[in-house]
Amino acid sequence: MDETLRRTPLYAAHLAAGARMVPFAGWEMPVQYSSILDEHRAVRTRAGLFDVSHMGEVDLIGRGALDLAQRLVTNDVARLAHGQALYTPMCTPEGGIIDDLLVYRMADAHFMVVINAANTAEDLAWIRAHAGPDVRVTDRTDEVALLAFQGPRAQEVLQRLTPVPLASIKYYWFRADVPVTGRTTMVSRTGYTGEDGFEIYAPVRDAVHLWDAILEEGRAQGVLPAGLGARDTLRLEAGFLLHGNDMDKTVTPLEAGLAWTVKFAKGEFIGAEALRQQKAEGIPRRLVGFTLEGRAIARHGFPIHQNHATVGQVTSGTFGPTVEESIGLGFVPPRLADPGEQVAIEIRTRDIPGVVTKLPFYTREPKRAG
Amino acid sequence: MSREGLVYPKELRYSKEHEWAKVEGRRVRVGITKFAADRLSDVVYVELPQVGAEVSFMQPFGVVESVKAVSDLYAPVSGKVVDVNRTLAEKPEVINVDPYGDAWMIVIEPRNLSELDRLLDATAYAAFVGEGTS
Repeated sequence: MDETLRRTPLYAAHLAAGARMVPFAGWEMPVQYSSILDEHRAVRTRAGLFDVSHMGEVDLIGRGALDLAQRLVTNDVARLAHGQALYTPMCTPEGGIIDDLLVYRMADAHFMVVINAANTAEDLAWIRAHAGPDVRVTDRTDEVALLAFQGPRAQEVLQRLTPVPLASIKYYWFRADVPVTGRTTMVSRTGYTGEDGFEIYAPVRDAVHLWDAILEEGRAQGVLPAGLGARDTLRLEAGFLLHGNDMDKTVTPLEAGLAWTVKFAKGEFIGAEALRQQKAEGIPRRLVGFTLEGRAIARHGFPIHQNHATVGQVTSGTFGPTVEESIGLGFVPPRLADPGEQVAIEIRTRDIPGVVTKLPFYTREPKRAG
Repeated sequence: MSREGLVYPKELRYSKEHEWAKVEGRRVRVGITKFAADRLSDVVYVELPQVGAEVSFMQPFGVVESVKAVSDLYAPVSGKVVDVNRTLAEKPEVINVDPYGDAWMIVIEPRNLSELDRLLDATAYAAFVGEGTS
């Protein structure tokens, strides 16, 4: 494998667990351990542990941190309390999505942004280019390991390893002082699977210890290590977008169904003018979910047809292991964007009938009280 | 018993596209190898021809799709399709479990059995996929 690929601190642990490693965004990452379907089902019914240490972490610290964050992203960072996080696109002046990120408010003048591995270098350059002397921008990717522990049993397993009452951490909130088996971590109730669960940020030196401890603690309950393959099928069932597949700099948040993350009222931000104009003039295409007849998979780039004319393109597709259907995302004209619209996907020269479907494809059952 | 004897049964012939062929009297049963099934992993869809279709030596006769990838299936011998494993449409995951048994794909009535001589035996196939004597 390419020697220039980066490895997370868990590389050896993945090999020991029998992972199949693949190059991903410049990193050598586990795509699966046992089977994508088994790992997917483990996350839906029990819990799965993902190494996502390839994600980038960047600190914005200083008097100008809030203003910088507000200018860079479309969502309203000023509304965050300490200990709260949000999801947001970061756009070009033309309104195209440079990346989608999580912004954590650590303190009044301290934010941590979490960025996609494939975009880390570009994001950093963009952020630094807009930072004034009153903000210090620090890339902490190499110091920080990130584990995603996702699934209905995640809280109960993790709780046995920490005295901090995890139930007190609500969705999109975090605590930066959570000892897990004695190692200090930052734990947020966030994820990319559609299940309840946590993302655990820790110093690189503690990654192996935490990984082993969580898997060991969860073994009796069927917790499995899970790879990027399952991560993709899980996120797609949950209707989450993947930057580089479903959106990029040629796509605006309004087109991508992320209008809820664009807060025009918060004041000026990069891309606001272009997005305001697009909103006024009309959105030319919309990202929608679709389901297909049969089990063939619509893959990235396949044409979307209506009456044998190409009207759009698939951006992601898979066979959803939990919904047991062929599902996907793609761009269509606004007139075809409503759930129930009939389309077809061209798969190997055949038109496979499909129907535009409300996202997400999968919603977990709400937790029962008590 | 050697490992390749388990993974690549001696009585089968193998194509470099990872199909196996098993002579059953005047017919040839076809599937994909354990190597291919493992590589694909998590097969979720199979597209097979109809009974009566004609297939040609090392030309595509169908498609197998996993979560990760899609691959063509190549006919290890020319002839007429006389049987198709319909259970794979509903249970394609069998391909990952029992590639030489329940996951057979089609049965061909060959036009020219000597085409099979151009396929690999188990030892040669194991070496081809890098699981030889090393």
